[in-house]
Amino acid sequence: MILKGKVWKFGDDISTDHIAPGRYFHLRTNLPELAKHVLEDAREDFASKVEKGDIIVAGRNFGLGSSREHAPRIIKLAGVAAIIAKSFARIFYRNAVNIGLPLIEIKEADEIDEGDVLEIDLANGIVKNTTKGKEYKFVPMPKFMLDVINEGGIENYISKYGDYKI
Amino acid sequence: MGKTIAEKILSEKAGKDVIPGEIIVARVDLALVQDGTGPLTVEVFDKFGFKDVKPDKAILFIDHAAPSPRKELSNAHNILRDFAKRTRAMVSDVGEGVSHQIMAEKYVKPGDLLVGADSHTCTGGGLGAFSTGMGSTDLALAFGLGKVWLKVPETFLFELKGKLPEGVYSKDIILHIIGTIGADGATYKAMEFTGEVLEQLSQEARLTISNMAVEAGAKAGLIPTDETTRAYLKAYGRENDFREIKADPDAKYEKVFTIDVSNLEPVVSFPHTVDNTKKISEAKGVKIDQVFIGTCTNGRIEDLRIAASILKGRKKHPDIRLIIVPASRDVYKKALKEGLFDIFIDAGAAIMAPGCGPCVGVHEGVLGDKERVLSTQNRNFLGRMGNPKGEIYLASPATAAASAITGEITDPRDYLQ
Repeated sequence: MILKGKVWKFGDDISTDHIAPGRYFHLRTNLPELAKHVLEDAREDFASKVEKGDIIVAGRNFGLGSSREHAPRIIKLAGVAAIIAKSFARIFYRNAVNIGLPLIEIKEADEIDEGDVLEIDLANGIVKNTTKGKEYKFVPMPKFMLDVINEGGIENYISKYGDYKI
Repeated sequence: MGKTIAEKILSEKAGKDVIPGEIIVARVDLALVQDGTGPLTVEVFDKFGFKDVKPDKAILFIDHAAPSPRKELSNAHNILRDFAKRTRAMVSDVGEGVSHQIMAEKYVKPGDLLVGADSHTCTGGGLGAFSTGMGSTDLALAFGLGKVWLKVPETFLFELKGKLPEGVYSKDIILHIIGTIGADGATYKAMEFTGEVLEQLSQEARLTISNMAVEAGAKAGLIPTDETTRAYLKAYGRENDFREIKADPDAKYEKVFTIDVSNLEPVVSFPHTVDNTKKISEAKGVKIDQVFIGTCTNGRIEDLRIAASILKGRKKHPDIRLIIVPASRDVYKKALKEGLFDIFIDAGAAIMAPGCGPCVGVHEGVLGDKERVLSTQNRNFLGRMGNPKGEIYLASPATAAASAITGEITDPRDYLQ
Protein backbone atom coordinates (compact mmCIF):
# COMPACT_ATOMS: atom_id res chain seq x y z
CA MET A 1 0.00 0.00 0.00
CA ILE A 2 1.35 3.43 -0.96
CA LEU A 3 -0.03 6.44 0.89
CA LYS A 4 0.48 9.97 -0.32
CA GLY A 5 -0.44 13.13 1.54
CA LYS A 6 0.58 16.47 2.96
CA VAL A 7 1.94 16.97 6.44
CA TRP A 8 0.47 18.43 9.63
CA LYS A 9 3.21 18.89 12.22
CA PHE A 10 2.87 18.29 15.98
CA GLY A 11 5.36 18.24 18.85
CA ASP A 12 6.25 15.74 21.61
CA ASP A 13 3.86 14.15 24.13
CA ILE A 14 0.58 14.64 22.27
CA SER A 15 -1.75 12.88 24.72
CA THR A 16 -5.17 11.31 24.22
CA ASP A 17 -6.47 14.33 26.15
CA HIS A 18 -5.15 16.59 23.36
CA ILE A 19 -6.73 14.30 20.76
CA ALA A 20 -10.09 13.56 22.40
CA PRO A 21 -10.48 15.91 25.39
CA GLY A 22 -12.24 14.68 28.52
CA ARG A 23 -14.68 17.58 28.41
CA TYR A 24 -16.24 15.88 25.35
CA PHE A 25 -16.59 12.58 27.23
CA HIS A 26 -20.33 12.62 26.48
CA LEU A 27 -19.62 12.60 22.71
CA ARG A 28 -17.85 9.26 22.80
CA THR A 29 -21.05 7.57 21.63
CA ASN A 30 -21.19 10.08 18.73
CA LEU A 31 -17.86 9.81 16.90
CA PRO A 32 -18.68 12.20 13.99
CA GLU A 33 -19.41 14.95 16.54
CA LEU A 34 -16.34 14.07 18.63
CA ALA A 35 -14.23 14.19 15.44
CA LYS A 36 -15.09 17.90 15.09
CA HIS A 37 -12.88 18.42 18.18
CA VAL A 38 -10.03 16.12 17.17
CA LEU A 39 -6.65 17.41 18.44
CA GLU A 40 -8.37 20.62 19.53
CA ASP A 41 -6.14 21.15 22.55
CA ALA A 42 -2.98 20.82 20.44
CA ARG A 43 -4.14 22.88 17.41
CA GLU A 44 -7.48 24.57 17.42
CA ASP A 45 -7.81 24.81 13.62
CA PHE A 46 -6.85 21.22 12.84
CA ALA A 47 -10.33 19.65 12.73
CA SER A 48 -11.72 22.31 10.39
CA LYS A 49 -8.76 22.35 7.99
CA VAL A 50 -7.53 18.74 7.79
CA GLU A 51 -8.18 17.08 4.42
CA LYS A 52 -8.62 13.47 3.40
CA GLY A 53 -5.28 11.76 2.94
CA ASP A 54 -3.28 14.18 5.11
CA ILE A 55 -0.48 12.79 7.25
CA ILE A 56 0.34 13.73 10.84
CA VAL A 57 4.03 13.99 11.74
CA ALA A 58 4.87 14.29 15.43
CA GLY A 59 7.67 13.95 17.98
CA ARG A 60 8.06 11.51 20.86
CA ASN A 61 5.39 9.45 22.62
CA PHE A 62 2.43 10.32 20.42
CA GLY A 63 -0.89 9.18 21.92
CA LEU A 64 0.23 8.76 25.51
CA GLY A 65 -2.40 8.36 28.16
CA SER A 66 -5.80 6.81 28.14
CA SER A 67 -6.95 3.64 26.40
CA ARG A 68 -9.70 5.55 24.58
CA GLU A 69 -9.83 4.00 21.12
CA HIS A 70 -11.93 7.02 20.18
CA ALA A 71 -8.62 8.93 19.84
CA PRO A 72 -7.25 7.05 16.77
CA ARG A 73 -10.79 6.54 15.48
CA ILE A 74 -11.53 10.26 15.24
CA ILE A 75 -8.13 10.94 13.69
CA LYS A 76 -8.99 8.38 10.99
CA LEU A 77 -12.53 9.71 10.70
CA ALA A 78 -11.12 13.22 10.13
CA GLY A 79 -9.39 11.83 7.02
CA VAL A 80 -5.83 11.30 8.25
CA ALA A 81 -4.17 8.50 6.25
CA ALA A 82 -1.21 7.77 8.55
CA ILE A 83 0.75 9.09 11.52
CA ILE A 84 4.52 9.34 11.57
CA ALA A 85 6.24 9.99 14.91
CA LYS A 86 9.56 9.47 16.64
CA SER A 87 7.70 7.09 18.96
CA PHE A 88 4.17 6.10 19.95
CA ALA A 89 2.56 5.23 23.24
CA ARG A 90 1.69 1.56 23.44
CA ILE A 91 -2.10 1.48 23.75
CA PHE A 92 -2.52 4.14 21.07
CA TYR A 93 -0.32 2.10 18.74
CA ARG A 94 -2.34 -1.03 19.36
CA ASN A 95 -5.66 0.75 18.92
CA ALA A 96 -4.50 2.31 15.66
CA VAL A 97 -3.51 -1.11 14.28
CA ASN A 98 -6.87 -2.54 15.32
CA ILE A 99 -8.81 0.20 13.53
CA GLY A 100 -6.56 0.12 10.45
CA LEU A 101 -4.72 3.43 10.87
CA PRO A 102 -1.06 3.00 9.83
CA LEU A 103 1.61 4.29 12.25
CA ILE A 104 5.25 4.72 11.30
CA GLU A 105 8.17 5.31 13.64
CA ILE A 106 11.08 7.25 12.22
CA LYS A 107 13.74 8.98 14.26
CA GLU A 108 14.18 11.77 11.68
CA ALA A 109 10.61 13.09 12.03
CA ASP A 110 12.07 16.54 12.88
CA GLU A 111 13.41 16.88 9.32
CA ILE A 112 9.86 16.85 7.95
CA ASP A 113 8.02 20.18 7.88
CA GLU A 114 4.39 21.25 7.81
CA GLY A 115 3.00 21.12 4.27
CA ASP A 116 5.66 18.72 2.92
CA VAL A 117 4.23 16.00 0.70
CA LEU A 118 5.11 12.42 1.68
CA GLU A 119 4.79 9.02 0.04
CA ILE A 120 4.70 6.04 2.38
CA ASP A 121 5.36 2.46 1.31
CA LEU A 122 4.11 0.45 4.29
CA ALA A 123 5.18 -3.03 3.21
CA ASN A 124 8.72 -2.04 2.22
CA GLY A 125 9.25 0.48 5.02
CA ILE A 126 10.03 3.63 3.02
CA VAL A 127 8.93 7.24 3.56
CA LYS A 128 9.71 9.61 0.67
CA ASN A 129 9.57 13.35 1.26
CA THR A 130 8.83 14.46 -2.31
CA THR A 131 8.95 18.15 -1.30
CA LYS A 132 12.49 17.88 0.08
CA GLY A 133 13.72 14.98 -2.03
CA LYS A 134 14.64 12.90 1.02
CA GLU A 135 13.97 9.28 1.83
CA TYR A 136 13.73 7.46 5.17
CA LYS A 137 13.63 3.76 5.96
CA PHE A 138 11.58 2.25 8.77
CA VAL A 139 11.09 -1.27 10.09
CA PRO A 140 7.78 -2.51 8.64
CA MET A 141 5.20 -3.76 11.13
CA PRO A 142 5.24 -7.48 11.93
CA LYS A 143 3.23 -9.52 9.44
CA PHE A 144 0.16 -9.96 11.65
CA MET A 145 -0.19 -6.22 12.24
CA LEU A 146 0.39 -5.43 8.57
CA ASP A 147 -2.30 -7.98 7.65
CA VAL A 148 -4.72 -6.23 10.01
CA ILE A 149 -3.85 -2.82 8.51
CA ASN A 150 -4.25 -4.17 4.98
CA GLU A 151 -7.72 -5.49 5.82
CA GLY A 152 -8.64 -2.02 7.10
CA GLY A 153 -8.72 -3.07 10.75
CA ILE A 154 -9.31 -6.06 12.99
CA GLU A 155 -13.08 -5.97 12.49
CA ASN A 156 -12.63 -6.84 8.81
CA TYR A 157 -9.74 -9.16 9.62
CA ILE A 158 -11.74 -11.28 12.08
CA SER A 159 -14.82 -11.20 9.84
CA LYS A 160 -12.65 -12.62 7.06
CA TYR A 161 -10.59 -15.19 8.99
CA GLY A 162 -12.87 -15.86 11.99
CA ASP A 163 -9.89 -15.83 14.37
CA TYR A 164 -6.39 -14.43 14.87
CA LYS A 165 -4.10 -16.07 12.29
CA ILE A 166 -0.74 -15.98 14.05
CA MET B 1 16.14 -20.29 30.06
CA GLY B 2 14.71 -18.43 33.04
CA LYS B 3 11.62 -16.32 32.67
CA THR B 4 10.46 -12.97 33.96
CA ILE B 5 7.00 -12.72 35.54
CA ALA B 6 5.53 -11.43 32.27
CA GLU B 7 7.04 -14.30 30.27
CA LYS B 8 5.83 -16.88 32.79
CA ILE B 9 2.22 -15.75 32.85
CA LEU B 10 2.03 -15.20 29.09
CA SER B 11 3.55 -18.65 28.44
CA GLU B 12 0.75 -20.16 30.51
CA LYS B 13 -1.93 -18.19 28.74
CA ALA B 14 -0.54 -18.90 25.28
CA GLY B 15 -0.05 -22.59 26.06
CA LYS B 16 3.58 -22.54 24.91
CA ASP B 17 6.96 -21.06 25.84
CA VAL B 18 6.95 -17.46 24.67
CA ILE B 19 9.86 -15.14 24.02
CA PRO B 20 9.98 -11.32 24.08
CA GLY B 21 9.01 -9.72 20.77
CA GLU B 22 6.85 -12.64 19.70
CA ILE B 23 3.19 -12.02 18.83
CA ILE B 24 0.93 -14.50 20.58
CA VAL B 25 -2.73 -15.27 21.11
CA ALA B 26 -3.45 -15.52 24.83
CA ARG B 27 -6.42 -16.79 26.81
CA VAL B 28 -8.07 -14.09 28.90
CA ASP B 29 -9.22 -14.78 32.47
CA LEU B 30 -10.81 -11.44 33.27
CA ALA B 31 -11.97 -8.61 31.03
CA LEU B 32 -13.29 -5.18 31.91
CA VAL B 33 -14.59 -2.05 30.26
CA GLN B 34 -15.81 1.22 31.75
CA ASP B 35 -18.46 3.76 30.86
CA GLY B 36 -16.10 5.73 28.61
CA THR B 37 -14.89 2.77 26.57
CA GLY B 38 -17.64 0.16 27.08
CA PRO B 39 -20.36 1.47 24.74
CA LEU B 40 -17.96 1.15 21.79
CA THR B 41 -17.06 -2.38 22.94
CA VAL B 42 -20.75 -3.30 22.96
CA GLU B 43 -21.21 -1.81 19.47
CA VAL B 44 -18.27 -3.80 18.04
CA PHE B 45 -19.29 -6.98 19.93
CA ASP B 46 -22.73 -6.78 18.33
CA LYS B 47 -21.26 -6.08 14.89
CA PHE B 48 -19.26 -9.31 15.16
CA GLY B 49 -22.50 -11.12 16.01
CA PHE B 50 -21.15 -12.55 19.27
CA LYS B 51 -23.90 -13.78 21.56
CA ASP B 52 -22.21 -14.19 24.94
CA VAL B 53 -18.98 -13.43 26.78
CA LYS B 54 -16.27 -16.09 27.07
CA PRO B 55 -13.91 -15.04 29.94
CA ASP B 56 -14.58 -16.25 33.50
CA LYS B 57 -15.53 -12.72 34.37
CA ALA B 58 -16.47 -9.90 32.01
CA ILE B 59 -17.35 -6.76 33.92
CA LEU B 60 -18.74 -3.41 32.80
CA PHE B 61 -17.84 -0.69 35.29
CA ILE B 62 -19.84 2.50 35.54
CA ASP B 63 -17.22 4.57 37.34
CA HIS B 64 -15.94 7.45 35.19
CA ALA B 65 -19.09 9.55 35.24
CA ALA B 66 -21.07 8.02 38.07
CA PRO B 67 -23.68 9.17 38.94
CA SER B 68 -24.20 10.52 35.43
CA PRO B 69 -23.91 14.29 35.05
CA ARG B 70 -25.75 14.47 31.68
CA LYS B 71 -28.23 12.65 29.47
CA GLU B 72 -25.75 11.43 26.84
CA LEU B 73 -23.82 9.62 29.57
CA SER B 74 -26.99 8.28 31.19
CA ASN B 75 -27.79 6.71 27.82
CA ALA B 76 -24.25 5.34 27.55
CA HIS B 77 -24.67 3.77 30.99
CA ASN B 78 -27.87 2.09 29.85
CA ILE B 79 -26.04 0.50 26.91
CA LEU B 80 -23.82 -1.25 29.47
CA ARG B 81 -26.72 -2.22 31.75
CA ASP B 82 -28.66 -3.69 28.82
CA PHE B 83 -25.59 -5.66 27.69
CA ALA B 84 -25.23 -7.19 31.16
CA LYS B 85 -28.86 -8.28 31.03
CA ARG B 86 -28.49 -10.18 27.75
CA THR B 87 -25.08 -11.80 28.43
CA ARG B 88 -23.13 -13.38 31.30
CA ALA B 89 -21.29 -10.09 31.76
CA MET B 90 -21.80 -8.24 35.04
CA VAL B 91 -22.33 -4.56 35.59
CA SER B 92 -20.74 -2.66 38.46
CA ASP B 93 -23.04 0.29 38.87
CA VAL B 94 -23.10 3.76 40.43
CA GLY B 95 -21.79 3.72 43.99
CA GLU B 96 -19.59 0.62 43.66
CA GLY B 97 -16.42 2.48 42.77
CA VAL B 98 -13.41 2.42 40.43
CA SER B 99 -12.88 -0.73 38.35
CA HIS B 100 -9.25 -1.27 39.33
CA GLN B 101 -9.93 -1.11 43.07
CA ILE B 102 -12.89 -3.49 42.81
CA MET B 103 -10.86 -5.90 40.66
CA ALA B 104 -8.17 -5.92 43.37
CA GLU B 105 -10.68 -6.47 46.17
CA LYS B 106 -12.86 -9.11 44.51
CA TYR B 107 -11.61 -10.63 41.31
CA VAL B 108 -8.02 -10.49 40.12
CA LYS B 109 -5.80 -13.41 41.15
CA PRO B 110 -2.04 -13.86 40.99
CA GLY B 111 -1.15 -15.42 37.63
CA ASP B 112 -4.28 -14.17 35.84
CA LEU B 113 -4.37 -12.44 32.48
CA LEU B 114 -6.61 -9.41 32.93
CA VAL B 115 -7.31 -7.09 30.01
CA GLY B 116 -9.26 -3.89 30.36
CA ALA B 117 -10.40 -1.03 28.16
CA ASP B 118 -8.82 1.38 30.59
CA SER B 119 -5.15 2.27 30.64
CA HIS B 120 -4.83 1.85 34.42
CA THR B 121 -5.78 -1.81 34.21
CA CYS B 122 -2.05 -2.30 34.92
CA THR B 123 -3.01 -1.87 38.61
CA GLY B 124 -3.62 -5.65 38.79
CA GLY B 125 0.12 -6.25 38.37
CA GLY B 126 0.42 -5.38 42.05
CA LEU B 127 -1.26 -8.72 42.81
CA GLY B 128 1.00 -10.68 40.46
CA ALA B 129 -1.39 -10.73 37.49
CA PHE B 130 -0.46 -9.81 33.93
CA SER B 131 -2.88 -6.97 33.74
CA THR B 132 -2.91 -4.48 30.89
CA GLY B 133 -4.96 -1.80 29.19
CA MET B 134 -6.13 -1.89 25.60
CA GLY B 135 -8.93 -0.52 23.42
CA SER B 136 -12.66 -1.04 23.05
CA THR B 137 -12.34 -3.29 19.98
CA ASP B 138 -9.76 -5.47 21.75
CA LEU B 139 -12.23 -5.89 24.58
CA ALA B 140 -15.06 -6.77 22.18
CA LEU B 141 -12.80 -9.58 20.94
CA ALA B 142 -11.71 -10.54 24.46
CA PHE B 143 -15.40 -10.73 25.44
CA GLY B 144 -16.45 -12.66 22.33
CA LEU B 145 -13.46 -14.94 21.69
CA GLY B 146 -12.02 -15.16 25.22
CA LYS B 147 -8.58 -14.33 23.85
CA VAL B 148 -6.47 -11.41 22.65
CA TRP B 149 -3.39 -10.89 20.50
CA LEU B 150 -0.36 -9.66 22.43
CA LYS B 151 3.24 -8.86 21.71
CA VAL B 152 5.34 -10.40 24.48
CA PRO B 153 7.17 -7.49 26.14
CA GLU B 154 10.79 -7.34 27.19
CA THR B 155 11.08 -6.63 30.93
CA PHE B 156 12.79 -3.82 32.82
CA LEU B 157 13.62 -4.76 36.40
CA PHE B 158 13.46 -2.12 39.14
CA GLU B 159 15.34 -3.11 42.31
CA LEU B 160 14.04 -0.99 45.17
CA LYS B 161 16.67 -0.72 47.90
CA GLY B 162 17.03 1.00 51.25
CA LYS B 163 14.52 2.14 53.85
CA LEU B 164 11.60 4.36 52.94
CA PRO B 165 11.77 7.52 55.11
CA GLU B 166 8.84 8.78 57.16
CA GLY B 167 6.43 10.93 55.14
CA VAL B 168 7.52 9.34 51.87
CA TYR B 169 5.22 6.79 50.25
CA SER B 170 4.93 4.40 47.33
CA LYS B 171 3.42 7.25 45.28
CA ASP B 172 6.65 9.18 45.75
CA ILE B 173 8.67 6.13 44.66
CA ILE B 174 6.77 5.68 41.41
CA LEU B 175 6.71 9.42 40.64
CA HIS B 176 10.46 9.45 41.23
CA ILE B 177 10.95 6.49 38.88
CA ILE B 178 8.83 8.07 36.13
CA GLY B 179 10.66 11.37 36.60
CA THR B 180 13.94 9.50 36.21
CA ILE B 181 13.22 7.29 33.19
CA GLY B 182 10.65 9.58 31.51
CA ALA B 183 7.02 9.24 30.46
CA ASP B 184 8.16 6.99 27.61
CA GLY B 185 11.03 5.37 29.52
CA ALA B 186 9.40 1.92 29.55
CA THR B 187 7.25 2.10 26.40
CA TYR B 188 6.11 -1.36 25.22
CA LYS B 189 7.99 -2.98 28.15
CA ALA B 190 6.87 -4.80 31.27
CA MET B 191 8.12 -3.19 34.46
CA GLU B 192 8.90 -5.68 37.24
CA PHE B 193 9.61 -4.52 40.77
CA THR B 194 11.70 -6.30 43.36
CA GLY B 195 13.88 -5.58 46.38
CA GLU B 196 13.74 -5.06 50.13
CA VAL B 197 11.49 -2.00 49.89
CA LEU B 198 8.58 -4.21 48.81
CA GLU B 199 8.62 -5.78 52.27
CA GLN B 200 8.04 -2.30 53.72
CA LEU B 201 5.04 -1.69 51.46
CA SER B 202 1.49 -2.83 52.16
CA GLN B 203 -0.49 -4.48 49.37
CA GLU B 204 -2.40 -1.22 48.88
CA ALA B 205 0.83 0.76 48.54
CA ARG B 206 2.05 -1.77 45.94
CA LEU B 207 -1.09 -1.28 43.86
CA THR B 208 -0.22 2.43 43.60
CA ILE B 209 3.12 1.53 41.99
CA SER B 210 1.61 -0.89 39.47
CA ASN B 211 -1.20 1.58 38.72
CA MET B 212 1.29 4.11 37.40
CA ALA B 213 3.39 1.76 35.23
CA VAL B 214 1.49 3.03 32.19
CA GLU B 215 2.69 6.56 32.98
CA ALA B 216 6.18 5.37 32.05
CA GLY B 217 4.69 3.85 28.89
CA ALA B 218 4.75 0.29 30.21
CA LYS B 219 2.41 -2.52 29.31
CA ALA B 220 2.38 -3.99 32.82
CA GLY B 221 3.72 -3.22 36.30
CA LEU B 222 4.45 -6.56 37.90
CA ILE B 223 5.14 -7.24 41.57
CA PRO B 224 5.93 -10.75 42.86
CA THR B 225 3.47 -12.19 45.37
CA ASP B 226 4.35 -12.93 49.00
CA GLU B 227 2.76 -13.22 52.44
CA THR B 228 1.55 -9.61 52.19
CA THR B 229 -0.37 -10.56 49.04
CA ARG B 230 -1.79 -13.62 50.76
CA ALA B 231 -2.94 -11.58 53.78
CA TYR B 232 -4.64 -9.02 51.51
CA LEU B 233 -6.54 -11.72 49.62
CA LYS B 234 -7.44 -13.40 52.90
CA ALA B 235 -8.87 -10.15 54.29
CA TYR B 236 -11.25 -10.16 51.32
CA GLY B 237 -12.14 -13.84 51.83
CA ARG B 238 -10.01 -14.92 48.88
CA GLU B 239 -7.06 -16.75 50.45
CA ASN B 240 -7.65 -19.64 48.04
CA ASP B 241 -6.89 -17.29 45.16
CA PHE B 242 -3.30 -16.90 46.38
CA ARG B 243 -0.51 -18.32 44.28
CA GLU B 244 3.21 -17.70 44.35
CA ILE B 245 4.28 -15.64 41.35
CA LYS B 246 7.91 -14.66 40.94
CA ALA B 247 10.53 -14.49 38.25
CA ASP B 248 13.08 -17.27 37.77
CA PRO B 249 16.47 -16.46 39.34
CA ASP B 250 18.07 -16.61 35.88
CA ALA B 251 15.38 -14.52 34.16
CA LYS B 252 16.71 -12.20 31.47
CA TYR B 253 15.97 -8.50 31.79
CA GLU B 254 16.50 -5.95 29.06
CA LYS B 255 17.56 -3.39 31.67
CA VAL B 256 18.01 -3.33 35.43
CA PHE B 257 17.52 -0.14 37.43
CA THR B 258 18.54 0.13 41.07
CA ILE B 259 16.62 2.74 43.03
CA ASP B 260 17.70 3.60 46.56
CA VAL B 261 14.74 5.12 48.39
CA SER B 262 16.55 5.96 51.65
CA ASN B 263 17.04 9.62 50.80
CA LEU B 264 13.88 10.11 48.80
CA GLU B 265 11.82 13.22 49.52
CA PRO B 266 8.12 13.61 48.75
CA VAL B 267 7.75 14.15 44.98
CA VAL B 268 5.37 16.38 43.00
CA SER B 269 4.67 16.16 39.24
CA PHE B 270 4.25 19.59 37.66
CA PRO B 271 2.06 20.28 34.61
CA HIS B 272 1.61 18.87 31.98
CA THR B 273 3.44 15.54 32.00
CA VAL B 274 3.88 13.02 34.79
CA ASP B 275 7.66 12.92 34.32
CA ASN B 276 7.95 16.65 35.08
CA THR B 277 8.79 15.87 38.71
CA LYS B 278 10.30 18.02 41.45
CA LYS B 279 11.30 17.27 45.02
CA ILE B 280 9.01 18.81 47.60
CA SER B 281 11.80 21.19 48.62
CA GLU B 282 11.68 22.66 45.09
CA ALA B 283 7.90 22.41 44.75
CA LYS B 284 6.57 23.90 47.95
CA GLY B 285 4.88 27.27 47.97
CA VAL B 286 2.94 26.87 44.71
CA LYS B 287 -0.57 28.26 45.42
CA ILE B 288 -3.46 25.90 44.69
CA ASP B 289 -7.23 26.22 44.32
CA GLN B 290 -8.34 22.63 44.80
CA VAL B 291 -7.09 19.44 46.42
CA PHE B 292 -8.40 16.07 45.30
CA ILE B 293 -7.76 12.89 47.26
CA GLY B 294 -8.97 9.69 45.61
CA THR B 295 -8.77 7.60 42.39
CA CYS B 296 -7.48 4.14 41.45
CA THR B 297 -4.02 5.46 42.35
CA ASN B 298 -4.62 6.72 45.86
CA GLY B 299 -8.23 6.36 46.95
CA ARG B 300 -7.74 3.30 49.14
CA ILE B 301 -8.43 3.08 52.88
CA GLU B 302 -4.76 3.39 53.77
CA ASP B 303 -4.57 6.61 51.71
CA LEU B 304 -7.60 8.05 53.47
CA ARG B 305 -6.13 7.09 56.87
CA ILE B 306 -2.92 8.96 56.02
CA ALA B 307 -4.88 12.02 54.86
CA ALA B 308 -7.06 11.89 58.00
CA SER B 309 -4.03 11.67 60.30
CA ILE B 310 -2.83 15.00 58.88
CA LEU B 311 -6.24 16.70 58.67
CA LYS B 312 -7.37 15.63 62.16
CA GLY B 313 -8.36 18.67 64.21
CA ARG B 314 -7.37 21.00 61.37
CA LYS B 315 -9.24 22.97 58.73
CA LYS B 316 -8.61 23.23 55.04
CA HIS B 317 -7.42 26.63 53.85
CA PRO B 318 -10.48 28.86 53.26
CA ASP B 319 -9.47 29.62 49.65
CA ILE B 320 -9.39 26.02 48.44
CA ARG B 321 -11.89 23.23 47.80
CA LEU B 322 -11.03 19.83 49.27
CA ILE B 323 -12.65 16.92 47.42
CA ILE B 324 -12.37 13.36 48.71
CA VAL B 325 -13.56 10.31 46.75
CA PRO B 326 -13.12 6.81 48.21
CA ALA B 327 -12.13 4.36 45.47
CA SER B 328 -14.77 1.75 46.31
CA ARG B 329 -17.82 1.02 48.42
CA ASP B 330 -15.62 -1.07 50.72
CA VAL B 331 -13.22 1.85 51.22
CA TYR B 332 -16.18 4.18 51.77
CA LYS B 333 -17.68 1.93 54.42
CA LYS B 334 -14.39 1.46 56.25
CA ALA B 335 -13.68 5.20 56.23
CA LEU B 336 -17.13 5.86 57.63
CA LYS B 337 -16.76 3.22 60.36
CA GLU B 338 -13.32 4.42 61.38
CA GLY B 339 -14.55 7.98 61.81
CA LEU B 340 -12.45 9.35 58.96
CA PHE B 341 -15.47 11.09 57.44
CA ASP B 342 -15.93 13.08 60.67
CA ILE B 343 -12.36 14.31 60.36
CA PHE B 344 -12.80 15.18 56.66
CA ILE B 345 -16.16 16.89 57.19
CA ASP B 346 -14.82 18.92 60.12
CA ALA B 347 -11.83 19.90 57.98
CA GLY B 348 -14.22 21.27 55.35
CA ALA B 349 -14.03 18.53 52.72
CA ALA B 350 -16.67 17.52 50.18
CA ILE B 351 -16.95 13.73 50.14
CA MET B 352 -18.31 12.17 46.95
CA ALA B 353 -19.66 8.72 46.03
CA PRO B 354 -17.06 6.03 45.17
CA GLY B 355 -15.81 6.37 41.59
CA CYS B 356 -13.22 8.19 39.48
CA GLY B 357 -14.33 11.60 40.77
CA PRO B 358 -12.96 14.67 38.96
CA CYS B 359 -9.90 12.83 37.56
CA VAL B 360 -11.39 12.36 34.08
CA GLY B 361 -12.73 15.90 33.69
CA VAL B 362 -16.44 15.15 33.41
CA HIS B 363 -17.80 16.06 36.83
CA GLU B 364 -17.26 16.58 40.57
CA GLY B 365 -14.61 19.28 40.40
CA VAL B 366 -13.82 20.50 36.86
CA LEU B 367 -11.16 23.22 37.01
CA GLY B 368 -11.79 26.89 36.23
CA ASP B 369 -9.48 28.90 33.98
CA LYS B 370 -5.99 29.41 35.45
CA GLU B 371 -6.86 27.21 38.43
CA ARG B 372 -4.41 24.75 39.95
CA VAL B 373 -5.29 21.44 41.53
CA LEU B 374 -3.08 19.19 43.61
CA SER B 375 -4.36 15.66 43.08
CA THR B 376 -3.48 12.15 44.18
CA GLN B 377 -4.42 10.83 40.71
CA ASN B 378 -1.97 9.43 38.17
CA ARG B 379 -2.09 11.84 35.26
CA ASN B 380 -1.74 15.60 34.71
CA PHE B 381 -2.06 16.08 30.96
CA LEU B 382 -3.31 19.38 29.59
CA GLY B 383 -7.10 19.34 29.76
CA ARG B 384 -7.28 16.11 31.72
CA MET B 385 -9.58 17.53 34.39
CA GLY B 386 -11.94 19.17 31.93
CA ASN B 387 -10.20 22.48 31.25
CA PRO B 388 -7.05 23.00 29.15
CA LYS B 389 -6.62 26.33 30.93
CA GLY B 390 -6.16 24.59 34.29
CA GLU B 391 -3.03 23.06 35.81
CA ILE B 392 -2.71 19.67 37.50
CA TYR B 393 -0.05 18.77 40.07
CA LEU B 394 0.35 15.18 41.31
CA ALA B 395 1.44 13.99 44.75
CA SER B 396 0.82 11.52 47.57
CA PRO B 397 -2.25 11.69 49.83
CA ALA B 398 -0.01 13.04 52.63
CA THR B 399 1.29 15.89 50.49
CA ALA B 400 -2.27 16.58 49.28
CA ALA B 401 -3.66 16.70 52.82
CA ALA B 402 -0.90 18.97 54.12
CA SER B 403 -1.34 21.27 51.12
CA ALA B 404 -5.10 21.45 51.71
CA ILE B 405 -4.36 23.00 55.11
CA THR B 406 -2.00 25.68 53.85
CA GLY B 407 -3.48 26.38 50.40
CA GLU B 408 -0.09 25.84 48.77
CA ILE B 409 2.08 22.83 47.97
CA THR B 410 3.44 21.78 51.36
CA ASP B 411 5.88 19.21 52.74
CA PRO B 412 3.74 16.65 54.60
CA ARG B 413 6.62 15.92 56.98
CA ASP B 414 5.83 19.26 58.68
CA TYR B 415 2.51 17.74 59.78
CA LEU B 416 3.49 14.23 60.88
CA GLN B 417 2.76 13.49 64.52
